[in-house]
Amino acid sequence: MTGGTGKPLLEVDGLSVRFPTRTRVVEAVRNISFSVGREKVGIVGESGSGKTMTGRAVLGLIRPPGIVEARKMEFDGIDLRSLSERQYREIRGNRIAMVMQDPKFSLNPVMTVGKQIAEAYRVHTKASPSEARRRSLEMLEAVRIRDPERVYGAYPHEVSGGMGQRIMIAMMLIPDPDLLIADEPTSALDVTVQMQVLAIIDDLVTQRGMGLMFISHDLNLVASFCDRVVIMYAGQIVETCKASELHAAQHPYTRGLLASLPRVDQPIERLSTLTRDEAWKTEPGVDARVL
Amino acid sequence: MRASSEIALLIEHLDVRFGKGEDQVHAVRDVSLAVNRGESFGLVGESGSGKSTVLRAISGLASDWTGRIAVEGEALGPKRTKAFYETVQMVFQDPYGSLHPRHTVDRTLGEPGRIHGVANLDTRIVELLRDVGLGPEFRFRYPHQLSGGQRQRVAIARALMLEPKILLLDEPTSALDVSVQAEILNLLQRLKREHGLTYVLVSHDLSVIAHMCDRLAVMNAGRVVEEMSVDQLRRSEPSHRYTQQLLRASLGYDRAAVDALETFD
Amino acid sequence: MSDQALGRSARPGLRAWLTTDSPTSRWQARCVQAYLGWVGLARNPLAMLGLAIVVALVLAAIFAPLLAPADPLSQDLGKRLLPPGSPGFLLGSDELGRDIFSRLLYGARVTLYVVALVVVTAPVFGLIIGTVAGYAGGWVDTVLMRFTDVFLAFPRLVLALAFVAALGPGIGNAVLAIALTSWPPYARIARAETLTIRNSDFIAAIRLQGASPLRIVIGHVMPLCLSSVIVRVTLDMAGIILTAAGLGFLGLGAQPPLPEWGAMISTGRLYILDQWWVATMPGLAIFTVSLGFNLLGDGLRDALDPRSGR
Repeated sequence: MTGGTGKPLLEVDGLSVRFPTRTRVVEAVRNISFSVGREKVGIVGESGSGKTMTGRAVLGLIRPPGIVEARKMEFDGIDLRSLSERQYREIRGNRIAMVMQDPKFSLNPVMTVGKQIAEAYRVHTKASPSEARRRSLEMLEAVRIRDPERVYGAYPHEVSGGMGQRIMIAMMLIPDPDLLIADEPTSALDVTVQMQVLAIIDDLVTQRGMGLMFISHDLNLVASFCDRVVIMYAGQIVETCKASELHAAQHPYTRGLLASLPRVDQPIERLSTLTRDEAWKTEPGVDARVL
Repeated sequence: MRASSEIALLIEHLDVRFGKGEDQVHAVRDVSLAVNRGESFGLVGESGSGKSTVLRAISGLASDWTGRIAVEGEALGPKRTKAFYETVQMVFQDPYGSLHPRHTVDRTLGEPGRIHGVANLDTRIVELLRDVGLGPEFRFRYPHQLSGGQRQRVAIARALMLEPKILLLDEPTSALDVSVQAEILNLLQRLKREHGLTYVLVSHDLSVIAHMCDRLAVMNAGRVVEEMSVDQLRRSEPSHRYTQQLLRASLGYDRAAVDALETFD
Repeated sequence: MSDQALGRSARPGLRAWLTTDSPTSRWQARCVQAYLGWVGLARNPLAMLGLAIVVALVLAAIFAPLLAPADPLSQDLGKRLLPPGSPGFLLGSDELGRDIFSRLLYGARVTLYVVALVVVTAPVFGLIIGTVAGYAGGWVDTVLMRFTDVFLAFPRLVLALAFVAALGPGIGNAVLAIALTSWPPYARIARAETLTIRNSDFIAAIRLQGASPLRIVIGHVMPLCLSSVIVRVTLDMAGIILTAAGLGFLGLGAQPPLPEWGAMISTGRLYILDQWWVATMPGLAIFTVSLGFNLLGDGLRDALDPRSGR
C-alpha cells in the first residue's frame, strides 16, 4: 500500500533521539526504522513511547541539548539530517505539514483566522494578498466550514474546538504539502466532531495523494482510520502490521494493550492488565519500512 | 417502580446555571434521574453536555441550582452538611490537579480524617493505601513523585477515607494511558464490590461506561436525551438518533457513517 | 581516593536519608524536599554568592563586638579623616576620628534590624490580605483591594516625612513608614495566585471534605503563594535597604551617633572630594548588600518555581 509509486515519501532508518540531563541520558527514541508512502500510517503508543519525539525529529524541531541521529532520514530524496535551519524552514509547512493537538495553542490569538491562513500561504508562494484571500476561502470550504467568509474574519477564541482544528488543517494544507504529520489531531475533540475532522483529513489526503503520519494513543481509532499501524513502546517500534490485521498482532505489548481496552459491544468481567516485560526495552525493534 | 428506600440518589427537574445576565450559561436543563443503591449509573455525553455539572450540583460545588436532589431519601438544601460529606464523595478527572502539590500523600489522606474526627487515623491511612494497591512507601511522597495512575489511586483512597456510600466519578480515567486505565477501572470495580458502594460515573467514553455501569443516561446540551440499561446499549437498541450516533462513533472511524452525522443543538 | 571514600562512607546514612525515594515520616519528607531545593539553589553560583553576602551581613551584625577593632562611637579628633590603611583604621576614619570599619560592622545591625522588622510585618500582612481577598471574592475582595490601593498610592519618602513630622525622627518610625508602604505588592501577588489556585480540583476536593474556608486558605492556598512572596521579598530587600539609607541620608531615620550606613553617607558628603572614603565605604556596603539580596532572590525564584522541572 505504498501508493504504487515504489519509493516511499519518507524513509527513516535507525533514528535515535536522546536528551542528556544532569544525571543521565534520556533515550526518547531508540533506533527506529519506518517509512511513510502515499498512505495513512498510524504511530501508536502510550505516553513516553517516543511517538511525539519521532514526529518532531522528522520535522527538525528538536533543539540542543537534544541529539538526533539516524542512519537515514530521507524525504522525497532530500537528506533531512544535513539540512540547515533555513533549508528546513522551506520544507516545513510547505512540503511537510504538521497538525498538533490543540488549536488553542497553535493559532495566534491576536490575529484573525483568515489573516493567519493567508499568511501561511504567502510565506511559501509569494502570492498577492487577494490571491491568498481567495485560496484561503477555498481551503475553508474544503474543510467543510459552512460560512467561510464569517470564519475568515473571526478570531481563534470565537470558534469552537472542532472548527479550530479544521482551520489548522486548512492552514497546513494550503501550500499543498506532500506529507502531513498529525500529532493527536483529534484527541481534544468530542467523538462526533473527531469523526468529522478525520473524514476531512481522509478526503484531503486521498484526493491529493498525500502521505499521512498519524500519531495517536488511541489504538482503536488508528486501526479503523489508517492503512498501516506502527506500535511504539519505550522508544522502540515493537510491532507493525496492516490496520486490518491488528487483531492478529503478535507482540505481547500489542496484545496486552488490545486486551486491556473496554468494549461497548462485549461485556468483559475484568479488564486484563498489561504486565510490562523489561525485556521489551532491550529487544531490537522491528523495522517498519515498506520499501 | 422501585421502593424509594432503594434509591440512593434522586434528582428531579434539576436546572443549573452559571454566571449572571447576558453571559449566563444554562448548563443543565430539567434533568431527572434515579440511581439505585449498589448500582453503577453512567452519565455519558460530549463536552458541554452538562454531565460534569450534574455532579458538581450534587456535591455542592455549583451553587446556582433549582430542582430537587435527594441523597438516601433526604433532600439537599443550598449548603452541604458534614453528614453529607460522609455519604457522598467525588473523584476528579485530572490526577495532576486533584492532589495538592505541596502536601504529602499522608497529609492529603489524613486531612478529611482530621476534619471529621476519624479514629485511629494512622492505621486507617495505611489500610486505605493498601486497599488501593499502594504500599506504605508511598505514604510520605509528594504528588510529583507519583505517576498518573498512582495519583488517581491516592485520589480514590482520599474519597474513601470517610467511608461514603456514594462515589461520584468525574471522568476518572480520561487523563490516563490505556493500560493504566484498565488497572484503575479494575480497582474501582473491586472497591465497589468490597465496600458496597454506589457509583455515578461520568464519561465521554461509551466503552468505559458500558464496561463499568449497569444503567446509563445520555446527555446532550444540558438535557437527558435517553436512559437505558447497558444491555440495551449493547444490543444497539437506542432509539434516539443522538445515542445511535454516539454509539456508532465510539466503534471507530467509518467514513460512510460520517456523512450521516448531524449536529444536535 | 581513599580519603574521598572515607568521607563518603562516614555519612552515607545522612545523605541516603536526605535523598530517599520513600520517606517514612512527615518530617523526613519535608527535609528531603528542603535538601533538594538547597541542591537546586547551590547549583547557581551567583545565588551562592548572594547567599554568602547575606550570611556575611548577618554574621557581621551578630559578631560586631568581636570583629570591630574599635568602639564605633569613640571619637578622636586628633585622628580624623585618616585614609584607609592607616594603622588602626582599616577603612579610614571619619570626620570625628571614628573607625569607619567598626562603624560599618555595627551599622550592619541597624540594617539588619530594619530588614528584619519589615520582612516580619509587610509580607505577612500582604499575604493575609491577598489570600483572603482572592479566596472570598465578591465585596470582601473589592473592599480589601481598594484598601490596598490606598496604601499603594502613598509615596514612601513622603509618608516617612509625615511620620517624622508627627512622631519625631528615629529608626523605628522610619521602619514603620517603610513597612506601611511595602505590603501592597505582596497583597497583589498573593491575590493573583489565589485566584488561579481557587479553581483547582484539589481545592474542590478539600471543600468536599467539609473543610472550612479558614483551613483552606491557611493550609492550602497560602503555602502555594509563599514562593512568589518569598522571591519578591528578597528582591525588595535591596529597595528597603536603600530606602532606609535614603531616610538616614535625609536625617529622618537613624539619628546620630548611630552608625547607620545612609547617615554615614550623608555626613561624608561634605568630604567627598578629598576624603572620598568617608562616604564611599558605607556606599559600597549598601551596594554589596543590595546586590547580595538581588542575586539570592533571583536564585530562589529559579529554585522555587515549580515550573522549572522540579
